[in-house]
Amino acid sequence: MSTFLGMPARPPRSPYGTGNLRGDEPFPRAAHRELGNGQLRRNLGKATTTIRTKRLNVTGELPDWEALRDAGSAIKTDAMNRLPELLEQLERKVTEHGGTVHWARDGAEANEIVARLVKATGSSEVIKVKSMATQEIGLNEHLESVGITPYETDLAELIVQLAHDKPSHILVPAIHRNRDEIRQIFLDRIPGVDPELDNVPAHLAAAARAYLREKFMATKVAVSGANFGVAETGTLSVVESEGNGRMCLTLPDTLITVMGIEKVLPRYQDLEVFLQLLPRSSTGERMNPYTSLWTGVTPDDGPQDFHLVLLDNGRTAALADAVGRAALNCIRCSACLNVCPVYERTGGHAYGSTYPGPIGAVLTPQLAGMHAADDDPNSSLPYASSLCGACFDACPVKIDIPSLLVELRHQNTEQSGTTPEKLAMRAAAAVMKRPALYTGAQKAAGLGRLVAGRDRTISRLPPPFAGWSDSRDTEAPPRQTFRAWFASDEGRAALRAAADEHDGSHAEHDPGDGRHDPGDEGHDHSHGEGEKK
Amino acid sequence: MTDARDTVLGRIRAALALAPTPATVVPRRYRTGRVLPDGERLALFTDRLLDYKAEVRPCTADRTAQVVADVLRDHGARRIGVPAGLDPRWLDAYDGDVSPDAADIPAPRLDALDAVVTASAAGCAETGTIFLDGSPDQGRRALSLVPDLHLCVVDLSSVEAGVPEVLARLVPERPTTLISGPSATSDIELERVEGVHGPRTLVVVIRKDV
Repeated sequence: MSTFLGMPARPPRSPYGTGNLRGDEPFPRAAHRELGNGQLRRNLGKATTTIRTKRLNVTGELPDWEALRDAGSAIKTDAMNRLPELLEQLERKVTEHGGTVHWARDGAEANEIVARLVKATGSSEVIKVKSMATQEIGLNEHLESVGITPYETDLAELIVQLAHDKPSHILVPAIHRNRDEIRQIFLDRIPGVDPELDNVPAHLAAAARAYLREKFMATKVAVSGANFGVAETGTLSVVESEGNGRMCLTLPDTLITVMGIEKVLPRYQDLEVFLQLLPRSSTGERMNPYTSLWTGVTPDDGPQDFHLVLLDNGRTAALADAVGRAALNCIRCSACLNVCPVYERTGGHAYGSTYPGPIGAVLTPQLAGMHAADDDPNSSLPYASSLCGACFDACPVKIDIPSLLVELRHQNTEQSGTTPEKLAMRAAAAVMKRPALYTGAQKAAGLGRLVAGRDRTISRLPPPFAGWSDSRDTEAPPRQTFRAWFASDEGRAALRAAADEHDGSHAEHDPGDGRHDPGDEGHDHSHGEGEKK
Repeated sequence: MTDARDTVLGRIRAALALAPTPATVVPRRYRTGRVLPDGERLALFTDRLLDYKAEVRPCTADRTAQVVADVLRDHGARRIGVPAGLDPRWLDAYDGDVSPDAADIPAPRLDALDAVVTASAAGCAETGTIFLDGSPDQGRRALSLVPDLHLCVVDLSSVEAGVPEVLARLVPERPTTLISGPSATSDIELERVEGVHGPRTLVVVIRKDV
């Protein structure tokens, strides 16, 4: 038994999550390779441009879009504040309606629960609805390792699975593939496919329909994720387009739903906000083709055996950070990916995680941690951004992603101990305190002109600045410093001329003329992308 | 050893204690309680449905059977499924095969049907969405999913202006399906393709005077 003196001990931060939440290499290296893939960049550029336009059309037509964003943000924050009671209520309601609730501390535990439930049915196959949570925990790999075959039924997930590829986008995981590549994948991997199959998207979709039809009719177990779980009623929801979700949620005997604990909503009424925010932000549609809402088991309709697996896997670690927890408010719409200049160029694979793009860069390090000292890929993710802010403008629940990125950079720097960068900053501070030294240093920097090439840029700096110049070109220093120019005859003459001009034109520059550019005060949600292209 | 449930709930409570945040009031300043005249709701609902490539057939209640028969004939539907609670008068003018649904009919047999005819629980004009809730005139979810043509009869009086208004009409615990046009995918180069796994054709018969 121990006795605490003074300050009570802070509870330990929860363990980080496991699964597909860490790449093999730091972002700059991965991005550098991906940038060399011209096909990828063309595919991504086309797709993100299309979806940005669609999203702006359907968000712009709602006069209360900003009010919906405010409500969505507040509902999620409220849910996080009351998470224990809401999860217990959800559990109670699902159980009352004939479902069974399981809890999983991490991905490995969730995988074991699902595999055990599948085995109990006697089935060796499952059909799957596209789900970020099961992708995150690597459920498919685990099921295969215990002799259960998972069939992805979302068209894009099917393409990714057939190609033994990885998803690269939250909404459209095969966005990095074009129609010709998809045609080839189908020809190579779908048994019995028509060898005359062409590359028309409608024909490719028809081939997938024919292939999966038989799986839907015959498979006894389905695994899904959930977009929302309503604590008040025990109602779960899957939002989709193709009807593969309805098939999986309706036809099998057993349904197993894996849901992150942050997906809980307090009230059924809250759906009125998210069913407007999500489709418009996600696919740029007024409403997605299909949304299924179900509560436990309904006699004579749908699966008669329903299991809900509530997943932590690092979410409580993120929750323990007052700033970073806002990332848990994410509803996985992917709007931030589509407006991000970094994502548009590097694609999703460079992030190394199930969650790519701006939200991935803040969510992944929080779910799985940043081990700064060990050259951890996750430590590089908060730097995978220009902090332009387009993601914040696009986010339907107003997650301030740029501020979260800066906070994570700060945490990463704090953790990383003494680095060359820190030493350099300390040296700079010492020099700037002494004017004579500072002037001398600036003169010395002028020597940098000698190492700059004909294009007036320096592409490689000596240590400790090599880290900076690895991913950026530095302008050659000017011939003369501002301080030197200011003290010169030329500088004095220029200042005098400017002062004379100011005196002469003073009356014309009344700052109170009241003229404004109306563009300054537009809707802030439609701001950002237009300037980004 | 504590179980996973206690561990996860304990971690959440510890996290909230580490980083407490003030209680939040949800501002609901978005539009609710909107009421639109019949003509405007019909026009808006129709416009949205057509945008999704659904087929729209407005009619009066006394013409229901004729319109249903016309649609089924136009699409060559010779064998149809119906929920057990569907108003039988809606099929008076139809001369094809009608199979009333039952819970023990396996899905592959539904796949052999050309079409399904159902009623609906509600509609949303602004988003062009139809709501099914498993009532006897709508049937179990599999019935309105597996056949390739879904003919859905919607009464204009059940069509609300927007999402908040229509959700307020629903019973949360009922299995509910929101349908906005035929099934679709944009997974290949974000090019929209109508018709994947759900019904590839959606026909909405809107009864203006009900």
